[in-house]
Amino acid sequence: MSAPLQATVGFMPLLDCALLVAAHEAGIAARHGLALRLVRETSWANVRDRLAVGHFDAAQMLGPMVVAEALGLGPFRAPLLAPVSLGLGGNVITVSCELWSQMQVAGAAHGATPRTQAEALARVIARRMEQGQGALTLAMVFPYSCHHYQLRDWLALSGIDADRDVRLVVLPPSLLADALRLGQVDGFCAGEPWGSIAVDAGSGVIVALCNDMWEQPTEKVIGLRADRAERQPELVTALVRSVVDAARWASDARNRDALVGWLAEPRYVGARPALLHAALAGELRMAIDTAPVTRAGFLQLDVAATRPEPRYADLICEHMVRCGQVTDSAATRTRARAAFRNDLYSKALDTKEDN
Amino acid sequence: MREATLRVLIVDQNLLRAAVLEDGLREAGYRDIVVVRDMQNLMRRILDEEPDVILIDLENPNRDVLEQMFQVSRIVKKPVAMFVDQSDRSAIEAAIDAGVGAYVVDGLRKERVRAIVDMAISRFHAFDRLRTELDETRQQLVDRKLLDRAKGILMKQRGVTEDQAYELLRKTAMDANLKLAQVAQSVITAAELLK
Repeated sequence: MSAPLQATVGFMPLLDCALLVAAHEAGIAARHGLALRLVRETSWANVRDRLAVGHFDAAQMLGPMVVAEALGLGPFRAPLLAPVSLGLGGNVITVSCELWSQMQVAGAAHGATPRTQAEALARVIARRMEQGQGALTLAMVFPYSCHHYQLRDWLALSGIDADRDVRLVVLPPSLLADALRLGQVDGFCAGEPWGSIAVDAGSGVIVALCNDMWEQPTEKVIGLRADRAERQPELVTALVRSVVDAARWASDARNRDALVGWLAEPRYVGARPALLHAALAGELRMAIDTAPVTRAGFLQLDVAATRPEPRYADLICEHMVRCGQVTDSAATRTRARAAFRNDLYSKALDTKEDN
Repeated sequence: MREATLRVLIVDQNLLRAAVLEDGLREAGYRDIVVVRDMQNLMRRILDEEPDVILIDLENPNRDVLEQMFQVSRIVKKPVAMFVDQSDRSAIEAAIDAGVGAYVVDGLRKERVRAIVDMAISRFHAFDRLRTELDETRQQLVDRKLLDRAKGILMKQRGVTEDQAYELLRKTAMDANLKLAQVAQSVITAAELLK
């Protein structure tokens, strides 16, 4: 047997680092001859830069970040590719309690559709404008993120112009709940458990689950440098197989407690196990005083969710064009598509019997 | 004082490191330096100060805040991530290694800011060395205290001199391939159990 492959992999403290954590902690990667060293990062920009300069061999990344790099929008122009996805969905939109009470007066209600909630927000914004109050501040986690596009889509449901009617800012997930409590932001779109943490702390109310707006929202992927992937195809293969087996493992309900136990540790996500359990099960408490709602497949971490379908890149590209991050052209769409490497995914799994 | 006109903004949660960097820049002749400590109003401060160069520690989660701000902002002079062209790859790598990120107002010639970035890199490294030395010194102090306590226990319980107690600890550590402090800790723990 050959010496194990070593890979340093960056991740952010979010629920969807789950498959990486499972691959490492449950010994799945080791079975594929891969010694993982997981490094927790504090910002997406760091993840991108450390991947570009080679501190990381691979990293958990926002799908749109990989597309942005493929389109040359990042500072490094180091082409990245995604051979496997780390899950689908898992994002929520949360508003402060104060904004929620104003929205309720304007027609919002617990359990209402995203459109109804957005229409209530539009009325709140209209009234604020009449009264000469400043624009509401809404946060997301990175310019190239599904959170950004989902927030825009939600606002657009009631005709709110994200560039004119509100102030969009970026804040790292770990600071969101505090920022909401302190009134620095009025709402945010982020991956779990950060919405639930705000609800749990009594500082926010979840007003929309992004799964209710996007049919099958792509989310995080494993990103690595294209030149690295070419030079070391065995690394790509080992990563794909490890993540896919981790997805199989994580889908088994008997493993849920172990997974939550690891994720709850401060070196990974560092959140209350009950919140992580609930989000993994798709049982979300939208407000502190309401019963949880259930959404099967809220955060999909099964094997089917690991395939990096090029149509996700199409969707991301469409949104990038819509919010002016890139100009639309056939070449742009082709390059975006080429970042999601379904072929490498298939190849890694097809040749499995050879070993 | 050709570069004294450049306004440099330092964003660092570590006040000591920010001070070390600020000193270095002042010594090099930069006069217009702003240190931001309040992360909550980071954007407001940047808008108000209109810096030419922004230095931020990479442990700072607020880095993503800057990334977006520079991408969408139509109000501020538009800073971009440092040295975006490939020719300066080594400078970028050195900065990331040192743990410092730099943003520079678009259009500013590279040569004008290179010295600032180099200064930040060397000061960050110097700070790291200081921190390592401090940690080592602290550890030595702790080890020393452990050793003294363990020696005292041995002297009392086995009726040996201080030198003999030390020799006993040292030989045990060597035989067991352990650090002296580890053996000392074991002696203390054992003594506490047997009290």
